[in-house]
Amino acid sequence: MDSLVTFCLRMGDTTLILGQQTAAWCGHAPVLEEDIAFANMGLDLIGQTQLWYEIAAEAEGRGRTPDDLAFFRTERQFLNAQLVERPNTDFAHALMRQYLFDAWHLPMQEALCESGHEAIRDLARKSVKEVRYHINRSRDLIVRLGDGSDESRAKMQAALDALWPYAADLMATDAVEETLAAQGVLPDLARVRRAFEAETAATMARATLDIPANGHARTGGRTGIHTETMGYILAEMQQVPRSYPDARW
Amino acid sequence: MRPDTDTVRDWLGEVPDPEIPAISVVDLGIVRDVGWEDDTLVVDVTPTYAGCPATLVIALDIETALRERGLEKVEVRRRMSPPWSTDWISPEGRQKLLDYGIAPPQLNAANCAGVLSAQSAACPLCGSENTEAIAARGSTPCKAQFRCRDCREPFDYFKAI
Repeated sequence: MDSLVTFCLRMGDTTLILGQQTAAWCGHAPVLEEDIAFANMGLDLIGQTQLWYEIAAEAEGRGRTPDDLAFFRTERQFLNAQLVERPNTDFAHALMRQYLFDAWHLPMQEALCESGHEAIRDLARKSVKEVRYHINRSRDLIVRLGDGSDESRAKMQAALDALWPYAADLMATDAVEETLAAQGVLPDLARVRRAFEAETAATMARATLDIPANGHARTGGRTGIHTETMGYILAEMQQVPRSYPDARW
Repeated sequence: MRPDTDTVRDWLGEVPDPEIPAISVVDLGIVRDVGWEDDTLVVDVTPTYAGCPATLVIALDIETALRERGLEKVEVRRRMSPPWSTDWISPEGRQKLLDYGIAPPQLNAANCAGVLSAQSAACPLCGSENTEAIAARGSTPCKAQFRCRDCREPFDYFKAI
C-alpha cells in the first residue's frame, strides 16, 4: 500500500477506535460532566477520523468513502495503535488511555502543522486546536485523581501500569514514516517522542504516579496486529452497516 | 434573476445555527465566501469543530434556505483552511449568545485557547465576574460549564478556539 495511505489510516484508525471507545462512556461515567466530556471528545476524534479517511481515500484512488474505510475493513486491515483498543476497564483506565494518547497526539499534531502535504497541514492546524483542549482536561484529571485519595491513586497507578507498555505503539515507526519524512510529508518524529516523554514525566510527577521502569513495550497495531479486544470493538461498531450495507439515513 | 452576493449574505443571516438557534451561521463566522460560478451559487463554509454534528445540518439548512428564495443551483463547499476561530463570531453574534444565556468566548483566542483556566467568563444572568469553571465540556463540544459564585446559577461558556 502507498505510504501516504498507510500513514493516514494509522492516524485515522487510531482516532476512530479511541472515539468509539470513548463514546461508550455516554451514560456510564461517574459524574455527568465527565460523561458529557468523554462523549464530546469522541465526537472530535471521529470528526478528525473523517478528515484522515478523506485524505487516505483520495490518495488511494479506489473510490472508497470514509464510511467504507470505517465499516468494511477487517481487524487485520485496521492500523490503529494498540493503546486505543485497550478496554474501558474502569474510569481510571479510560482516563489514563486518553491522557497517554493526548500526550502523543498534541506534539504529533503540532509537528504535522508543518507538513509539506497541504491537506495534512490543514487537518493538523484545525485538529491541534481541539487537541489542546483534550490534554488540558485529561492532564488535569490525571493529577487530581493521582494526587488524590488512597483509592483514586491506587486506581490511577494500576491503570498506568497496565497501559504504559502500549504507549510505545503510538510512536512505533517503520519504512512508511521514513519514506514520508524523506518526502517532507512528515517532520522529524523524534521530537514527538521527546515531547511525549517530557509531558508524561512532568505530569506523572505532579500526580505522584510512578511510570513503570521495566521497559516493557507492546507494538504491532500499526501493522495490523491487535489485542484480543479489537474484534469485539469492530463487531459492535460495524454491525449495523454490515447488516444493512445500503442503508441511508 | 441573479441576486447579488450581499443579498445572499443577508438571507444567510437568517439561517440559524442548529445547535444554538439564537445565532445565525453568518454571526458564527463560518460563512467564508459567497459567489457565483456560472449559474451556480457557491457558499464556502468552514466547520467549527471537526466532529461537530451540526456541520451536515448547517449545509442542508443553507441549501434549503436558498432554494426557498428561488435559487435552483446551490453548492455548499467545505473550506478547511484557515481553521475557524471563535474570534470570527460577530459582535452581534456575541450579544445574541449573551442574551441567550451563553457567555461569549474570550477574544484573541490564540492567547488562551486550549487552556480553560486561562479563560474567564462573566455570568450571563447577573453579570458577575466572580465565576468558576465546573467542567471543560458542556452540552456541545464547543462549550464549557461554569458556575456563578454570586447568583449561584450554572451557565454555559463558549470556549475560545
